[in-house]
Formats: sequence, structure tokens, C-alpha cells
Amino acid sequence: MIEFDRVGARYASDGPAVLSDVTMTVPEGELCLVVGPTGAGKSTLLATVNGRMPHFTGGELTGRVRVDGRDTRTHPPRELADAVGVVGQNPWAGFVTDTVSDELAYTMESLGVPPAVMRRRVEDIIDALGLAELRERPLRTLSSGQAQRVAIGAVLTAAPRVLVLDEPTSALDPGAAEEVLALLQRLVHDLGLTLLLAEHRLERVIHYADSVVRVEPGRAIRRETPAVAMLDSDIAPAVVQLGRVAGWEPLPLSVRDARRRAPELRRRLPLDRPAHASRLDAATAAATGRSPRRTVAWLEDVTVRYDATVALAGVRLDFAAGDITTVMGRNGAGKSTLLNALTGLARPTRGRVRLAAPVDGNDAADGGVTPFASGPGATAEPHRLNARELIRRVGLVPQQPADLFFADSVAAECAEADGSAGVERGTAAQVLTEITGTVDPATHPRDLSEGQQLSLALALVLVGRAGLVLLDEPTRGLDYPAKVRLGRVLRRLAARGCGVVVATHDVELAAAISRRTIVMADAEVVADGPTSAVVTSSPAFAPQVAKVLAPLPYLTVDDVRLGLVAAS
Amino acid sequence: MSGIDARAWQSVPRTVHPGAWWLWAIGLAVAAMHTTNLLLLVLLAAVAGVVVAFRRTDAPRARSFGLMTRLALITVAFSVGLQIVLGVRTDHGFVLLSLPAVDLPGWLPGLSVGGPVTAEALLTSATTGARLAVLILCVGAANSLAAPAQLLKVLPAALYEVGVAAVVALTFVPHLAESAVRVRRAQRLRGRSVRGLGGLHRLLVPVLEEGLERAIALAASMDARGYGRRRPGSRTGQVVTTGLLLLGLGAACAGTYVLVDPASAHTTGALILITGTALALTGSLLAGRRVARTRYRPPVWRAAEWLVVACGATVAVVVVTTMPGPDAAGAVLRWPQLPATALLAVLVGALPAVATPPVPTGAIAPAPVPAFPVGAR
Repeated sequence: MIEFDRVGARYASDGPAVLSDVTMTVPEGELCLVVGPTGAGKSTLLATVNGRMPHFTGGELTGRVRVDGRDTRTHPPRELADAVGVVGQNPWAGFVTDTVSDELAYTMESLGVPPAVMRRRVEDIIDALGLAELRERPLRTLSSGQAQRVAIGAVLTAAPRVLVLDEPTSALDPGAAEEVLALLQRLVHDLGLTLLLAEHRLERVIHYADSVVRVEPGRAIRRETPAVAMLDSDIAPAVVQLGRVAGWEPLPLSVRDARRRAPELRRRLPLDRPAHASRLDAATAAATGRSPRRTVAWLEDVTVRYDATVALAGVRLDFAAGDITTVMGRNGAGKSTLLNALTGLARPTRGRVRLAAPVDGNDAADGGVTPFASGPGATAEPHRLNARELIRRVGLVPQQPADLFFADSVAAECAEADGSAGVERGTAAQVLTEITGTVDPATHPRDLSEGQQLSLALALVLVGRAGLVLLDEPTRGLDYPAKVRLGRVLRRLAARGCGVVVATHDVELAAAISRRTIVMADAEVVADGPTSAVVTSSPAFAPQVAKVLAPLPYLTVDDVRLGLVAAS
Repeated sequence: MSGIDARAWQSVPRTVHPGAWWLWAIGLAVAAMHTTNLLLLVLLAAVAGVVVAFRRTDAPRARSFGLMTRLALITVAFSVGLQIVLGVRTDHGFVLLSLPAVDLPGWLPGLSVGGPVTAEALLTSATTGARLAVLILCVGAANSLAAPAQLLKVLPAALYEVGVAAVVALTFVPHLAESAVRVRRAQRLRGRSVRGLGGLHRLLVPVLEEGLERAIALAASMDARGYGRRRPGSRTGQVVTTGLLLLGLGAACAGTYVLVDPASAHTTGALILITGTALALTGSLLAGRRVARTRYRPPVWRAAEWLVVACGATVAVVVVTTMPGPDAAGAVLRWPQLPATALLAVLVGALPAVATPPVPTGAIAPAPVPAFPVGAR
């Protein structure tokens, strides 16, 4: 169905090759998963399928890509619209019209499908995708999962043979992502569509896939079966990594596969708390244990309302120095508002937010975090602080890190941050190197990969040496290795005595980095406690390792590794 | 209108053809432009408001009528305020109050700052403001009642692509406003408030970069979904179409130039202009035939649409024929007269509020804040 014949791609004729010598065939009716680290060329590979590369993006394509017998060289994307449907990360970025039914019909209108057929197909797709209640809704009022379903429906009405999806779930919360992936699997089974799917969170799709294409730097691109591809891939879900640690063969791809092998592993593991988790506790205790743990922020019965919507309802929380707290919950549950209230961006309608004051003095001595004075006199409400005072107490990495950037190079951003924080020149650049390794200082911030953008934003925020650092959905678009690096950075930060709060959908991340987890729903805190207890108390929220090994209290692959070492 | 009839009109909820609403609004606007009767103007404004209240959809854009109302009120207030401070003074009239006058140089005759404020002058300026306000309300009403996207569906094929560009541009403005709010908040967290010229740069760069990225993403999506697809046409056909268009537009320009130039013969100019326009039209028709688009549920034109247009036309025709035109001499201080015919005609203008099919309820939905930040990469 999709044939690649010695395909090579580069964006500038003297630039590096993004793809080289790709030869493979994706047969009809297959769900083919494209995996690889960010920036390795996944998107470029997908873009060649509908001719977006090179017709739209520019650049140079060598070799030949043929879809349903049509050569993309001679067929620009619009001529392939009836053969290939394309769905991107952000459904709203691709919407042309303003209501659901118009959006569903748009592609057919462009293709000149007769009105009677069009009417019929819109109805069919509405039924197939369960969109009946949404049909006349304005697109802007949809939730992200609904919007992504509409985006898929909108390309399906043109009856394409191939569907190309570039990380369609990376912006969705777990429930919505599940909904979209289940839909995709059904489409493969019921309609016999050929799917080419790039996805970071393999734990949700790897067991549906018929084949896997690995796009990694310095490695020939070819099609493999999922089990073979997962043997040595850096990008692998927790359950696969668990299989590798336990030495299972063939590798389990789903929780179900692993659960059936689990009794043997459970017998080998010690019954008590994983040593890793206690070690994490010990490290935190060492960092903060000199005195009773200092609190860096308090929310006192805080209610935040936007017009008629209550975004936070009487929330009482405090956050301690040296602690990593994850805040979980579905979209719209109040996670972002909680973070915004801590930074003063959301003003409480009732109640009070207080931040502990930084103490000047032995600042740059350890390059770390300013210690705190305790006592009520030193605290302040964030919205009363001016911007310079604010960044000494709290820092926020927003959902879209690029919101923080305005300069045209990494170096300029760093210099600006040094200036705002009033620290020695070069501090921000040094922090950045510490987080992510060397980044070319002349790069435009928006040309960085998602992971690097996040690192840069984090570096810019950390320069303020705030006592409380907040991250809003930091793992969006990050691959597994990038997530591990992020976890390491955050743990180091906490060990220095900084309070860290991470709002995330990613239960694996929560299990890996945090001691405390807060679950929010409908603007209220519904659970607040040790991560190990909170994430295992509901099956929907549990990390994969916990699902496999319950009732043993293991949460991550690292826990299991340490458990096995302790047992032997 | 009898009850049975009204129910027959209303039987099936659907949206009324956008063209009908625009024609109706034009009818009201014509009436407003013709009269200086303050009572009539207030009535026209009320009619526009009532119809919008009954028949607008719940799309976000349709809520813009409130904004337009505020703009209209500001127009009236501004016009009156300007008259008080800086107005053309007449010697006669009923003086309400006298402000300290400032002498202006002699080359500004008739204009003064301060001085006596007469009731007549105030009334005149209020009327002028009110006419403009009613005009604003008419546009606002049409905009709330008829979605621009719906209007797009009735555009001729040749103009379709220009129309899409316009609609996309319209939806871009709220997106930009949204990202501006987001970026402003984020920038505060970098230790500088976004104020002044330097702040503007910090705000504009991320917002525009995001706008650009959004534009590229949208263009890619439209391209992948067949936008701009052409029916296969012969090469000579294309050359002829392009030639006709270029020649026609060139001739139209030249014709206009000749027509405007006082030294040349007007008949020649008019002839060139007409020929040019005809050529360009033929060209665009030919180009339109190569566009393979079809339309999903194009708006229909039925009895209700005729009724809406008729109501608008009635208002315009009756007011223009029975009411005296704008009074050049300014307003006279007395309670405005409103003949029964004009009153009835204006009330007919409000008929679409009840006599058209109701808005489909499916279009009315709760509007939660989009959970997904618009513009994520």
C-alpha cells in the first residue's frame, strides 16, 4: 500500500540527510507504528507519504514513495487527499471550518464529492465515530479527545486507503488518548485501513501494532515485528523494560502478557518496600532533615472562579522544601489553576496563597537554592509581589515552554534571564548545560526539539533560584529517555532543597519521581498522600509495573531492578 | 399574521439563509440613513435587538451583538460629548448651559471650543450619533444572525478561495488574542512585567511566531485535505483563462483612469471599463468552472427567506416614501412625530423574530473552555 524505494530526504541541499536509503513496503490493512527519539526524522518520514515533503515543506526528496500506486513526486498533497488522510498532534491547528458537521464535510467538498453521497458519508462517519451528540457543536467547545475524534472523522469522510497520524495522542489526557487509540484500532479492523502511526507513549499502542518501524539516528530504517523491535529499542514502555529486567522471552507487550508471567517474578522479589523508594526518602530527609521540614507555599482554603466556572474550590494544601509533588487529574480538573494560583496568575476569589520568603546571603555559594526564613512575617501573597520579587520565590515552566521565549538565540535568552534575576552572566547557560548537555547557543529557541525547549525554559526559570518550581505538563512530546533525564534533573533540584510541583497526566513519571501525589477532580483535591499509595489505589491510575506486580508495592522498573539485586 | 401561519413557518428548526439576513439588515440601515426622527431610530435599534435575541445561533461569534451594542452607545455619547466641548455654534436656540469659551484663530470659522450649548445643537448631534449607532447595530445583527462561514457557502466558485482566506483571517484574531494573554502571563514569570516598548517586543515576538506556526499548520492541513484541487483542464484552456483575467483587469484599470481624467473623453473611458469588466468576469467564470468543489448542505432559500427580505424591504420602502428626508437645517426642538404607517412598517421589520424557523437546538451547546491550549505544537 505504501512503498518506499531508496528514499532519502534533506531540507537544505547542503544540509544533513534526515532520511537516507529507506526501502520498505507497508502492506494493506496494517497498523504500522513509527517509533524513535524526537528529531530523528519520524515526522519527515510521515510527511513523505502524502507528499507534504517536499511539495509543502520544501527540501529534497530522492528515491520514490508510492501510495496506492501513486507517486508522491508527481502528486502534491491535494491530489492525494482522497488516498491519504493526515492527522496531526493538535486537532485545532488543522480545523478549517467552525462546526463539527461542516468540518466532517470539508475534505469531500474540496474533492467535489456529489452532495447526496456527501450527506450519506457524513452520517456514516458520525455513527462510526460516535459523534452524533456533537454534530452541530462549534469546534471550539469540544474537549481535546472529542476534537481529535472529529479530526480523524474529517479525513475519513474522504474514504482514504491510508491514514497517517503524527503523535495524535501526545496532547491528550490518558482517557482521551485511550478513546482515540481504541478508535484507531477499530478502524484497522472494521474498515481495513492502512495506518502509519507515530507515537511516543508506546504503552498504549504497542500491543495493537502489526509492525514497528524504528527511526533512530545512525540506524537503517526497516520494518520489524513489535516483539523483535522492542528487544533493544531505547524507546520502550515500562512493561517491555520489566520483561528485559526479568529476562522474559518473548518480551511481553501488554500488561496482560506480563501479568501472566508475573507469578514467577513475584516469588523472586522481596515482599517489603522497594529499596529504591526508601533511598529516595533518605535522600530527601538528608536534604531537609536538619530542621523540621520547611514549608515553601501554603494554600489556605483557596477558591478561584472564572465567571461561572469554579476552577478551585476551597483547596487547602502546603508544599515542603525538598519534596517533589505530582498533581494529577483529567483536563479541566484544576491542575493548571492550582499552579497559576501559586504564581499569582490566578487571583483567589476567596482564601489566601502565601509563599515563603527567600533569604539573601549565601546565594551563589553552592549555586543552589536560596534557603528560606520561616515565620509568617516573611511570607507574601504572590499577586502582590512585583515580577522581580516573584521569580525569587516561585518559577513556572508553562505547558508551552515556547511562551517564555522572545529572543532569536539561546544565548540571548540566557543573557536576558541572567539580567532579570540579577545574577552573574553565564549562570543560565551553565544551568542549561547542566540540564541537557551542550546546546548550540546560536540556535533559535523555536528550532530546538521539544525536550530541549523544556530544558531551556527550565534553565531560564531556575536562574531565579526560586524556592518553589512548578512544571505544567512537562512530558508532553517527550520520549522515554528525555523523561528519564527530566526526572533526574528534578530529583537533583529537590535534593538541593527546592520544592517541586509537577502537574502531569503521566502516571509513570509520577511513580518515578515523586513521593507525594495529589489527585484533583472537579476543582477539588480528591486524594493527597504518598505516591505509592495514591497511584495503586485505583487501577486506572496505576503504573504498568504496579499493574503487573500487584499486590507487591513495586511502582517502577528501577524498583524491580533494585529488588532483584537485593534478593540475590 | 395568524397563529396557524406562524406555526407553519416555524415547523422545522433550521438556520435562515445568511443572504436573507444581510438583505433584511440593509433594509433597516436604509431606513435609518433616510431619517432624522429620533423616535424612529430608537425603534429601529429595538427591532434589530429583538430579532437578534430571538434568532441568533449560539456560536461564539453570534455573541458579538453585545459588543456592537456597547459600540453603538459609545458612538452616541461621543457625538454628544464632542458637540458640547467643540461644536458648531448657532446664535439662536435654547441655551442649556454656557461653557467658558476659548478663542480660536479666524481661519476656523464657525468652530469654537466651549461657549453656549443649545438644546437644538445637542439634539442634532444625538440624532447624527443615533443614525450611525443604528447602522452599527444593523451590521452587528446581520453578523450575529448569519455565520460568515455560511455566507462562504453561497459565494460563486471563482471567489471561493478568496473567501476562505477572509474567513481564516477572521478566526485568526481571537486566536492571537488568546495567545497574547497566555504569553503575557508567562512573561511575568520571567521576572519582567510586559509593559512599555520593551515589553511589547517580548509580547509580540512569541505571539507572532505562534501565529505564523499556526498559519503554516493550517495551510498544510488544507493542502492535505484537497484545498485548491483543480479539475484537469487543457493547457490552452488555462492560458486563455489567465489571459482573459489579466487583459480584463488591465482594461478595467485603464478605463477607470480615462474616466477619472477630466481631460479625456468619458464615453471612451466607460467603454473600455465595461469591456474590461466583462472580460474579467468571463475569465473568472471560466476559472470557476475548473474548481471541482461541491457544497455540503448549502443554505436553502424558501418562503421564510422571502419573508425576511420582504420585511426588511417594507421598512426601507415605507420609511423612504412616507417620512421626510434628513433635515439640513438641523433639528427643531419638539417631540418627534411618528405617523402610523411608519410605525407599522418598522414593526413589520421585527416580524422575522417570530415568523422564521427557530434556530436548531443542536447548535446551542455549553461552551466549556477548550481544555487544549490552542496553538500547541
